[in-house]
Amino acid sequence: MTTLVFLEHHEGELLKGSLGVLSKAAQLGGDVAGVVLGAGVGEVASQAGPYGAQTVYVVDHESLKAPLPQPRVDGLAALIRDRGFDNVLFAQSVLAADVAAGLAARLDAGLNWDLVDLEIADGELVGKRPAIADSVVVDVGWTTTPRLALVRTGTFEPVESGGSASIEQVDASFEDFSTTAKMIEQAHAEAEGVSIEDADVIVAGGRGLGGPENFTLVEELAKALGGAVAATRAVVDAGWYPYSTQVGQTGKTVSPKLYIACGISGAIQHKVGMQGSGTIVAINKDPNAPIFEFCDFGVVGDVHAVVPKLTELVRSRKGG
Amino acid sequence: MRVAVCVKHVPDTAARRIDQATKRLDRAGEGALNSFDANAIEEALRIKDAQGEGEIVVVSLGPQRALDSLRKALAMGADRALLVSDEAAAGSDLVATSHVLAAALERENADLVLFGQQASDGDGAVLWAAVADRLRRPLISQVAELTVSATTVRGKRQTEFGYDVIEASLPAVVAVSDAINEPRYPSLKGIMGAKKKQQDVVSLADLGVEPSHAGEAGSRTTVIALSEPPPRGDSIKVEDDGNAAEKLVEFLAENKLV
Repeated sequence: MTTLVFLEHHEGELLKGSLGVLSKAAQLGGDVAGVVLGAGVGEVASQAGPYGAQTVYVVDHESLKAPLPQPRVDGLAALIRDRGFDNVLFAQSVLAADVAAGLAARLDAGLNWDLVDLEIADGELVGKRPAIADSVVVDVGWTTTPRLALVRTGTFEPVESGGSASIEQVDASFEDFSTTAKMIEQAHAEAEGVSIEDADVIVAGGRGLGGPENFTLVEELAKALGGAVAATRAVVDAGWYPYSTQVGQTGKTVSPKLYIACGISGAIQHKVGMQGSGTIVAINKDPNAPIFEFCDFGVVGDVHAVVPKLTELVRSRKGG
Repeated sequence: MRVAVCVKHVPDTAARRIDQATKRLDRAGEGALNSFDANAIEEALRIKDAQGEGEIVVVSLGPQRALDSLRKALAMGADRALLVSDEAAAGSDLVATSHVLAAALERENADLVLFGQQASDGDGAVLWAAVADRLRRPLISQVAELTVSATTVRGKRQTEFGYDVIEASLPAVVAVSDAINEPRYPSLKGIMGAKKKQQDVVSLADLGVEPSHAGEAGSRTTVIALSEPPPRGDSIKVEDDGNAAEKLVEFLAENKLV
């Protein structure tokens, strides 16, 4: 069995998620290689050895400088056609999802996504995918090779095994349409702001709050509980609250003792960032919201009525 | 400018279950337009409004029932609907779905193809990239702000590291995030008018797609087994009758969380 792991990098570092998937691939066995695509990334590639890559392929080209998916599909497709891998694994991310799906179309290869585990059963790779708001676990397989897999954010921890990888440079050529999209501005979020990663209690607000002005409800409750305030991607993108407070796939991953979700539907994008919380409380007026399927205590009700009352009760309890 | 919006008819949230026999999502019941696709339809309407002219065609792959979702899009203001419906396409995975959808989109030859952020039933958020590759067009995904000119499209999108601005020349494929807009509700006039708008239903043969490229035959992934997830423990759900906050504080106190 030969496995190739897509190694994503940012500012000269391989991402933890990619290294986690690489560690898992090494644990599953067989020949394990990584691939780094970018411009000036030789140094980055060498970071993969200790996590189980025997070989790291480096596709170094100016067209790969910006983290855009389509030129990466070209680079990977050529490498895979050339060397013939059984498995190609990705740690889920905005970039990796687009790369993996583009590659699936290009190679007519099966892609299973949102996997929370990988195992070998009867010599075949099997993925575990939670479905229908995680109410059922589906064992998924592939009918042909290469088998493409996207692993859910934060599933596998990187494990150092102490090896070193041989680095192999690979040439790349690009399709016309692949280099048509251009990165005009690659902005970076400000690093300051309250740290929600260390908080024991988090009160989070979503679109169900109705407007940015209603975040005061969330702030008051967080203050009463001695906790921090978090937000969903939807409200951050809408400009209601700063990016530094965003929990979810494209934000932070948190695991407080108590997580109170106010007006949050529980989309998968948010869920992956907070499902490790100790106790999850949800307040939402939609009884069908997915969040009710993975919370410990759910209130079907109006956040504008329930949250202020809750704040008052917590205050009087602490005061009395 | 012609804008094609890809939409999906999804099962009702409350009724979502997997059919143990076929291991597919049970699609019985009425179903509805995938809510994330409403953002893509809304964005198409805004583009047409801003440009003062153009045509919006909504495209779907699904059972006949999916016409309900397409009609909703027409009621919102889209001009025309195209449904690809064929028994042989049932159970299509990403590779097969993207093949069929790309064939339909090739026929439409739109300047801009829009997708919503995800399907609420499959939790998948990858189809657009497969379709863009098959159409050989540039792609911008997760777009929270979109600017369209006569020849280019520019999208601002959020990633794990902050906000990117990406520009591509038309024709292009764009997937929008649910933060991009608030979809309008269809007006009564819109609902009445939708009935008269063109609604085409085509088969795989009409699109020139071999059955071997669709459905299970064209798929490269398979479902092996279904199982219960590890239990998370007992979950309590209360309707707020005015006392929910009290019950919640009691729960928090019992668990020493307050």
